Amino acid sequence: MKSLPAVSGKSKAIKVSEAPHRKKDTFFIFLFLLPALILFLLFVIYPIFRSVYYSTFNWNGLGPAVKNVGINNYLKIVSDEVFLKAVKNVLVIIVCSLGIQLPLAMLLAVLVGRDLPGRGIFRTIFFLPYVLSEVNAAIMWMLLYNADPDRGLFNGILLQLHMQPISWLGDMSIVLFAVFLVLTWKYFGFHMLLFLTGLQNIPTDIEEAARMDGANAFQNFFYITLPLLSSPIRTSVYMSVLGSIQQFIIVWVMTGGGPVNASETMATYMYRFGLVRFQFGYGSAVAIIMFLLCVIFSLIYNQLTKKPDYLTGL
Amino acid sequence: MQKIIKTPKWMRKSISRFFQYLVLVIATILIFVPIVILLFGSVKTTGQMYSHPYDIPNPPHWENIINILLTPSFWGMMKNSLIVMVATTTGAVIISSMVAFVLARLEFRGKNFVFNLFTLGLMFPINVAILPVYFVLRQFTQLGLPLIDTLLGIVLVQIAFQLSGNIMILKGFFTAVPKELQDAAYIDGCTNFDFFWRIMLPLVKPSLAAVAALVMIVSWNDLLVPLVVLNNNELWTLPLGTMQFQGQWGQDLALVSAFVALSSIPTIVFYFFAEKQIVAGLTAGAVKG
Repeated sequence: MKSLPAVSGKSKAIKVSEAPHRKKDTFFIFLFLLPALILFLLFVIYPIFRSVYYSTFNWNGLGPAVKNVGINNYLKIVSDEVFLKAVKNVLVIIVCSLGIQLPLAMLLAVLVGRDLPGRGIFRTIFFLPYVLSEVNAAIMWMLLYNADPDRGLFNGILLQLHMQPISWLGDMSIVLFAVFLVLTWKYFGFHMLLFLTGLQNIPTDIEEAARMDGANAFQNFFYITLPLLSSPIRTSVYMSVLGSIQQFIIVWVMTGGGPVNASETMATYMYRFGLVRFQFGYGSAVAIIMFLLCVIFSLIYNQLTKKPDYLTGL
Repeated sequence: MQKIIKTPKWMRKSISRFFQYLVLVIATILIFVPIVILLFGSVKTTGQMYSHPYDIPNPPHWENIINILLTPSFWGMMKNSLIVMVATTTGAVIISSMVAFVLARLEFRGKNFVFNLFTLGLMFPINVAILPVYFVLRQFTQLGLPLIDTLLGIVLVQIAFQLSGNIMILKGFFTAVPKELQDAAYIDGCTNFDFFWRIMLPLVKPSLAAVAALVMIVSWNDLLVPLVVLNNNELWTLPLGTMQFQGQWGQDLALVSAFVALSSIPTIVFYFFAEKQIVAGLTAGAVKG
């Protein structure tokens, strides 16, 4: 305490027990928040309001927006079959992601486990597709999906097996699943990584104790491991649903939403109307609908899953 | 009760290990299929691509690779991508750590509001926002600040949409630094800026690296923002150029393979060097998010 007055005049205001709050702090805080706030308000928040405004216009982007149509754009969207098809496709992608992709990621995470020799190598490999760009992933898979059996691997294999070649990206009933396969290849590694990190946080003695009490591997997994992984699973499901709602690049590059809208997603629909056909008002309304879906889902999901975490007690 | 005589433990263990490896190796092969086919294709001639589309290239032909490497526009895209990535990463890391620091270590009125504001960004991904963002960029351009058809436009948008996630991650790390250190620093006459710059940043360096690695990947791979912002092909970034190249030369599978392989290499090399940081950043982000 003795040294305190010697430091300088400003130390007078310091209270050791709590974060210092001084007059000049205000300026510092303001200065430090400013760049982020400017960018965030200008490019994230302001556009939302701007879009809400434009969404009530019939506007092609040339000149000022004058033709106000009220909520007509919204009415048109929700009664447009193509949009409903896009919503349905997104739902299919969500269901498949939760039902196939996440369990697959879980299976591989458990197999890689905690102590397998070489687990680091497997983790590196499984996560590789996630860091590749979406365009490159899409093009790689287009090579495999090439309808010509002399050029595309998958049809080449089918031909070897004396089966009819399939038009993977051209068949309306198959294209969505062909796209989903690419999404799984690209993103399962991310979920696996979350599960792996979760697994590492589970103390081994819990499972050891259960095994001593006679639990077999399956009981062990379903009654011990899985509940303890509830936190990463919760995150995974959340990311998976939000990711599906906004799925764009891979679909756009591979199919452009076609054939005949068979692989349309909400994002490709918005992009087509907003940035290809320049129906800015209509596109804005689609953006607002997607935005609301994201927010509503986030709020409900976070409310529903506010369960205590068994391990951290949070 | 049911303790019948079982196979010895080591045997059970090695059998289960065998199946573990079996499944993992199969998964590995499946993951590599598209990558290997691409790499094979990249060193084939168009003729070989027709006659042996998915065999090992025999002999390998490097013509396509060399031709692309000799094309100035390829290096132009590389350069543009690099500029965008460096600018976005620098900007995003500095700006987010400033906010994260203030939120984690200082008290002020409206702190909760600022925090909640940035959490809102987590619910509003760029793919959903792209059209509204385009309007704003256009507006700025009309007002005399050209953000359409400039790399600056891409950088600003990328930074803005990276902020929320980065702030959440970094705030966690800044909060973890013990309070005593802050008290001691202020007693010794540290200003807020000194404390931030000389003490906090060096302490959370590994976390900054993790966040930076993550931003680099996202920025480098980003197609949507450049797609919407750019018209001028001199400014195309690598992903945008790749998409356009596929559109133009899509029929020449060998050439497209070569281009995609070349444009994947920087990412793959970076991944092998920075895997630890990328993984750390992602898991921290997911836990906070």
